[in-house]
Amino acid sequence: MKTLFDYASRECADGLFPECDVPSAAPSSVLGAEFVRSRAPRIPNLSEGDVARHYTALSKLNYGVDDGIYPLGSCTMKYNPKLNEDAARISGFASLHPRVDVSLAQGALGLLYELGKILKSVSGLPSVSLQPVAGAHGELLGMFLFKRYFEARGESGRKRILLPDSAHGTNPASAAIAGFSVTEIRSNERGTVDLDALRKELDSTVAGIMLTVPNTLGIFEENILEVTRLVHEAGGLCYFDGANLNSFIGRARPGDMGADVFHFNLHKTLSTPHGGGGPGAGAVAVSAPLVDFLPVPRVVKAGDEYRLDWDCPRSIGSIHGFYGNFLVAVRAYAYVLQLGEEGLRAVSENAVLNANYLMERLKTTYRLPYDRLCKHEFVLSGEGLPNHVSTLDVAKRLIDYGVHPPTVYFPLIVHEALMIEPTETEGREALDRFAEILETIAREAAEHPELLHDAPRNAPVRRLDQTQAARNPVLTYPFRAEG
Amino acid sequence: MAYPTTFRYTKDHEWVEIEGKRARIGITDHAQAELGDVVFVELPSVGAVVKKGGQLGTVESVKAVSDVFAPVGGKVVEVNKELETSPETVNQSPHADGWLAVIEMSDPADANDLMDAAAYQALIG
Repeated sequence: MKTLFDYASRECADGLFPECDVPSAAPSSVLGAEFVRSRAPRIPNLSEGDVARHYTALSKLNYGVDDGIYPLGSCTMKYNPKLNEDAARISGFASLHPRVDVSLAQGALGLLYELGKILKSVSGLPSVSLQPVAGAHGELLGMFLFKRYFEARGESGRKRILLPDSAHGTNPASAAIAGFSVTEIRSNERGTVDLDALRKELDSTVAGIMLTVPNTLGIFEENILEVTRLVHEAGGLCYFDGANLNSFIGRARPGDMGADVFHFNLHKTLSTPHGGGGPGAGAVAVSAPLVDFLPVPRVVKAGDEYRLDWDCPRSIGSIHGFYGNFLVAVRAYAYVLQLGEEGLRAVSENAVLNANYLMERLKTTYRLPYDRLCKHEFVLSGEGLPNHVSTLDVAKRLIDYGVHPPTVYFPLIVHEALMIEPTETEGREALDRFAEILETIAREAAEHPELLHDAPRNAPVRRLDQTQAARNPVLTYPFRAEG
Repeated sequence: MAYPTTFRYTKDHEWVEIEGKRARIGITDHAQAELGDVVFVELPSVGAVVKKGGQLGTVESVKAVSDVFAPVGGKVVEVNKELETSPETVNQSPHADGWLAVIEMSDPADANDLMDAAAYQALIG
């Protein structure tokens, strides 16, 4: 595959630009001679047409939610309605300058205020911040709030965060960056928090627990009320990672289950494009004791007017410039308005139905280590496939069938994990087709294992040497020697 | 691969070879096989003091990043610098050239609850 540097440079017209009509100065007189390049940068000289064709060719190699099922467990890669995009392109939103006077941004502030109200009602918690720009950023904010809460109470000795081994991988990182140490709580044989293990760890050094709800096995903590009660009794706080909210939105509220902090992945649950690094929105809702500590500015309503409130002396300050990723909030708001309450309940109903349908069908072909009703996702194991076929081989073979593979080798508590989240937007036909492909691949593993060991065979690139890439990464473009 | 009978083992899949106060530590053959190709090893600093069960380093493979826990407490007196440029040694020779660090034990009793080779082999099945 070519990069832009591999095309032959050709002379392209720069006569398109008019003569400069302002006084010019020699770069060295402005910058100082030592900062002026002695030779031209090595930027390929290509025509607009060359560049457009290059990127169009690359885009044809892409696979996204507009192409087909994207069952990447833990990621909620569902179809995103195009009406969201229309809303985000309304020029009053898209062209709004973040420093414009609030009197000229009433519609935008109103949207943030109303979205906040919806998130409060969905979570059952009294206050919300839309400032974090990713799920993990919401986690980090949550951990800062824990820290400030205990400082304010004179309990700075609470330095430990308890983390089930079925939590999202970002949770321990967020806790550590906020200055906590992490204690892992093992899962029991049902795939949920082992209450005895939890009781053993609870003491006056514990700041709280971070629960992924439902957890990365797609299983809901059936003892969640007991877990949060125990943590609260020990003086700790409860963080719920809400990345999997599509499995219970409209049906259960974190606030009713004892959550003190709950983060939304607006970009997952409320359908804005994500993957590849953003932009995201990790809104955070909190319980009453934490409200004062939320970031500034906050959107408040006085009479019919919205304004930004910076005067919150107990706030931890800002954790991102301005108001977060505003246009992600616009898309999320458009999505919620399209669906309404009933539609949101249908989201969780279909997410859970689709996952259980696929799980029941596939568990006769692949091992299912935790065989019980799941929520929005489930974890199969490639262990026991014949002819030394691994989960990685299965994933690569899926690419040959034109399907995006699921998450593999996570969570770590399942050997050879294949973590499948079909999402609520797939119909039965797409689910059946995906299951058929996985069944075909299992047959191939027995009859033609070389098809799996060599996969992918039909992709633009064959099996990549990821070990070599990690051990000896080449991070720069190797320019040919210049004459 | 055989598990040396002169080593002691942890349930987290570290091995330790004790000679006097010196404890040489590595990860087991089972651990390296589970992790897959190791691409990076983070070692402790020489002179660092670690508690038994505390974090000694991390081993990163193409599949996962795993903590290595100290089977015994004490001061780190030697680390295997070779692994910084040749992490694959952990895969190729987990029980010998792929060792991670040597700890000077502060309490010899730390080794008492570690498994012998037979018990460890029973654990991994």
